[in-house]
Amino acid sequence: MATTSEALPGTVEDTLATREPLTPTQLTWRRFRRHKMAMFGLFLIVLLIVYAVGGSFVFSEEYANTTDRTLTGGLLHGPSLQHPFGTDPTGRDLLARTIYGGQISLLIGLAAVLVSLVVGVTIGALSGYYGGWVDSILMRFTEAMLNIPQLFLLIVAAKYLGDKVHNFEAFGREFSGSVIVIIVIIGFDSWMYLARIVRSQFLSLKEQEFVTAARCTGTSNLAIIAYHILPNSVAPVIVNATLGVANAILTEAYISFLGLGVRQPTATWGNMLENANRYLETAPWMWFFPGTLILITVLAINFVGDGLRDALDPRTMVE
Amino acid sequence: MHTILQVQNLQTQFRTYDGLVYAVNGISYSLNEGETLGVVGESGCGKSVSVLSIMGLIPQPPGIIAGGQALYHGSDLLKKSQDELRHIRGKEIAMVFQDPMTSLNPVLTIGFQISESLQLHMAMNAEQAQQRAIELLEMVGIPQADRALHNYPHQFSGGMRQRAMIAMAISCMPQILIADEPTTALDVTIQAQITDLVKRLREEIGMAIIWITHDLGIIAGLAHRVIVMYAGFIVEHAGVDGVYDNPRHPYTVSLLGALPRVDMSREERLVSIPGMPPNLIGLPKGCPFAPRCTFVVEKCRQENPPLTPVEPNHEIACWVDVRTGGLR
Repeated sequence: MATTSEALPGTVEDTLATREPLTPTQLTWRRFRRHKMAMFGLFLIVLLIVYAVGGSFVFSEEYANTTDRTLTGGLLHGPSLQHPFGTDPTGRDLLARTIYGGQISLLIGLAAVLVSLVVGVTIGALSGYYGGWVDSILMRFTEAMLNIPQLFLLIVAAKYLGDKVHNFEAFGREFSGSVIVIIVIIGFDSWMYLARIVRSQFLSLKEQEFVTAARCTGTSNLAIIAYHILPNSVAPVIVNATLGVANAILTEAYISFLGLGVRQPTATWGNMLENANRYLETAPWMWFFPGTLILITVLAINFVGDGLRDALDPRTMVE
Repeated sequence: MHTILQVQNLQTQFRTYDGLVYAVNGISYSLNEGETLGVVGESGCGKSVSVLSIMGLIPQPPGIIAGGQALYHGSDLLKKSQDELRHIRGKEIAMVFQDPMTSLNPVLTIGFQISESLQLHMAMNAEQAQQRAIELLEMVGIPQADRALHNYPHQFSGGMRQRAMIAMAISCMPQILIADEPTTALDVTIQAQITDLVKRLREEIGMAIIWITHDLGIIAGLAHRVIVMYAGFIVEHAGVDGVYDNPRHPYTVSLLGALPRVDMSREERLVSIPGMPPNLIGLPKGCPFAPRCTFVVEKCRQENPPLTPVEPNHEIACWVDVRTGGLR
């Protein structure tokens, strides 16, 4: 053995000793950082979060939900020093409302994707790993869900479930129960493509030799799914989930615009647009600010998603 | 010597669109404690499938274990449930695979992969398993084991990965190590290091080894007994000296004749066996090697010869005596 242990260090020890090895996460971050649009998108997202979260320390929620009694000559006012984004027909400050609405919109985006991640990854993983009749049943169910027009399902679900959940308190503020309903129905209506992606990943990964090797050491099926295969398929899942956040925010805006989304007085960017519906020409500031915020958010998330796609793609491996 | 694994009449088949593939056709062998058994044969002759069948790692479907027994300490592995097998795999019977490039998980650290089976089978906590993993890595000759633990497979060279695989395999001190062409993907110097390593570990742990390869040279210095497989059959079974000094099956003779030798002239250096291994969809009536055999007689095409002893501890499946060319 003397020969072998001497033969190795020359080649291997150098690489081990000269620099700390980069983890896959570090490598990804390096590649992501080089993507200018993605970094810009990330910057915008941070800014939006600061806006929505930090803003709530400047204006109270009560301020956002009550009529400004000092207004004279009608309650609908354009942007002014006192109300930089203007006021709505009931005299509420639109700047404060976009702040609180932003919290809800971002929350809905993230939470809905979380729901669809849990459902989609579970169904995709089980389907791809076990194959056979499990796969058949789960995939037929997925296809059935895809066959239902998404918007109709959302509208019907929102209409019938919208006021079934009571208001609740969290993070020191009261949420309309409809927020939960919207999160759940968007989540349960957007996992299908994710499930298909995860399934396809599992189908190819489970044939890899390292999976056989893991089975060979006596690892259980669930541990193989969770620790051995899932981390290998995380790249497309992250990209898809990121883009899913943008979609969920847009979907919330659709539903709220149709008046079936989050109930007043809880503001979201979506239901602020609905309010603006009748004042498109007379009070453009009412749709301009929430609309622009939605636009910026969705764009920024898509930039980040594109950047992640490139950064996580093994074919763009650069040191 | 005590027999720990007894395989009897193992038959494995695969259902494909083209028909039933007869991958392993009733092979029987035994493995004694501390013994190394070499299994040789060309690609697709059922070497890997036969051991994967024993381990319960043949996906069913499309695979079918059509018959036979694999008695490990007297209990049949083929009858055990996947759950029961999980407690044997990795703990009592471990396996090293051919390609260390693909048999380590690229997104998990070496340390995680080694300590996983320790936590699973040896009831160790994470910290104990880490400590043990460092010892194991040192045992297989990986320098700076405490740092290597946090490395990912892509940071290891091929030889180091195979060392890590071996560390994983021996982590629970198995009674049987199945090595499925563990040196095929490595270059010659690393091959020698790995075989040396396995020899040393064999002494230290006292495990029995089934070493699958198509490299007769490696087997010569490593195995006690050798099985030669062809088309899913065992065609010759003998002590390692018997196979090399006194091969009695025409296929073994041809295999040994096909070994390239440096002391021959360039023209005659590389001899090959004409033809291809048979398509295993539907077996031929006679001896599966008959179409490629230089000793073939009429009887070979009619009837497949059973494995019968020619000498003590030497069995072949052939109608012909290769020394005379006549029927034996």
